[in-house]
Amino acid sequence: MAKARTSFVRSGLIHAALISYTLIALFPVFLTLVNSFKSRNSIFRDPMAIPTPSTFDLVGYQTVLAQGDFFGYFQNSLIVTVLSIALVLLFGAMAAFALSEYRFRGNLLMGLYLALGIMIPIRLGTVAILQGMVAAGLVNTLTALVLVYTAQGLPLAIFILSEFMRTVSDDLKNAGRIDGLSEYAIFFRLVLPLVRPAMATVAVFTMIPIWNDLWFPLILAPGEETKTVTLGAQMFIGQFVTNWNAVLSALSLAILPVLVLYVIFSRQLIRGITSGAVK
Amino acid sequence: MSDIDTADPAIAPIKRPTRWHIAVFLAPAVLVYTAIMILPLIETLRLSLYNLVEGQTVFVGLSNFITLFSDPRLSASFWNALGNNLIFFVIHMAVQNPLGIALAAMLSIPKLRFATFYRTAIFVPTLLSFVIVGFIWKLILSPIWGIAPGMMDWVGLKWAFAPWLGKPDSALIAVSLISVWQYVGIPMMLIYAALLNIPEEVLEAAECDGITGWSQFWKIKLPLILPSIGIISILTFVGNFNAFDLIYTVQGALAGPDGSTDILGTLLYRTFFGFQNQMGDRSMGATIATVMFLIILAGVSLYLFVIQRRMRRYQF
Repeated sequence: MAKARTSFVRSGLIHAALISYTLIALFPVFLTLVNSFKSRNSIFRDPMAIPTPSTFDLVGYQTVLAQGDFFGYFQNSLIVTVLSIALVLLFGAMAAFALSEYRFRGNLLMGLYLALGIMIPIRLGTVAILQGMVAAGLVNTLTALVLVYTAQGLPLAIFILSEFMRTVSDDLKNAGRIDGLSEYAIFFRLVLPLVRPAMATVAVFTMIPIWNDLWFPLILAPGEETKTVTLGAQMFIGQFVTNWNAVLSALSLAILPVLVLYVIFSRQLIRGITSGAVK
Repeated sequence: MSDIDTADPAIAPIKRPTRWHIAVFLAPAVLVYTAIMILPLIETLRLSLYNLVEGQTVFVGLSNFITLFSDPRLSASFWNALGNNLIFFVIHMAVQNPLGIALAAMLSIPKLRFATFYRTAIFVPTLLSFVIVGFIWKLILSPIWGIAPGMMDWVGLKWAFAPWLGKPDSALIAVSLISVWQYVGIPMMLIYAALLNIPEEVLEAAECDGITGWSQFWKIKLPLILPSIGIISILTFVGNFNAFDLIYTVQGALAGPDGSTDILGTLLYRTFFGFQNQMGDRSMGATIATVMFLIILAGVSLYLFVIQRRMRRYQF
């Protein structure tokens, strides 16, 4: 009996600890979302209150939509993120297949070379990247961002995907070879469909830093036409510091897509992490 | 099956044609990676040895580094940034990683209710962009809005409130803690995964020997997850010495107040691009990037060649 009670108390304490940390984690997000729907006075008078009919106000969103070209920014972010992920997945899977499937001279060395980028941040090369992009006439284009993010995402993608490709059965590939499939057909038709779960994991890991990056948009593509959401929100907030409705609405607009994607992909992400994809 | 096995050695000695498909598979990734990542990195390292003299780029050896370490104005901001970066890292190691381990340990308790919910919720801040995180916390900690003082009033701590982000003594700690808040999800997830991988039998054996609860965590689980703790430490190190975004969004490029939150990333940005009345300097930017590269390289090598080798790994 006494034992049952101590375990009850213990699990109660654990829940209390976890709930308090969950509140700390979610509170700022909650605060932003809630206050973005309130009128200016009620934001200050009672920041913790849920919007009621008398305090409900969309003026912040109206300002954001009227002032900043948020749809344009979203479009830019979406184009950059989707293209980069597609290239990382395609090029990464091809390289991972070459490294895990064939024995050739320099295989190990090539693997190590490509893994360097997992530990050394691409940001340190910014000075020369900018110089190169200026020379290639790619400054203020989305192409520059896509190229940089592809290079940034490749090392980890190759590392994770080659681990997974080693687990694809050799018998299957050899059977394909006997049936006269070319090496390309084996890769695209047999192996790729089998590593789809790993590809999803890589996609999620690649996506988060790209979507949230501020450094490269600030340096390579700060023009109005090529601003990403992160940079757009940063600039917008800089201009409207004192317009709290607008700032909170801009923040909410930037949070929402990430939250929606997270809810859709959270299973995949957590399964990817817990299955040891990033060990 | 056996047919293939016996046939294989017979084929091997025959000279095979060049296997072009390997090159085709590798080429795109290697090209993009080399052109956008490796060559610029090498070029940046090279640029740190050059400088503009009378409009001409000239090889100057290590003089950029000597300037960086000894020029009164520049070296003061460099050592300040390096010191702040170290504090930034120490706070992450002391707060973020133990907190992550504690959360993971609680989440991994078998049959814990709502574990998925907690896990999902605690990971949310990690996904948010620095812009969002920076501004939310700036608003919360702002004395104008009064969220933080109001909440501290509830628990009778109103006297303890101060505009932390605005005071040179506390700004760095405040920014570090915001960053901890954002990133605690990563150590939590990695340690959680490591804890789930501990086989049931090991824990059952421990229970048979009467080792449960706290002592089980300290004596059995912690030694088993040490390699993962090593990984999160090196990830924290690399991330911290290359951080920029959060400081930039919370405190601006000048990393105020009075440079008290300046770290290497913000110093690199200001030096390379210039800020306000200071001109951008490409060579100095490359020099700072090189120093950051060497610091990160030293940390990674220390981890790979010293810490990881000494760590005992258990195979199940």
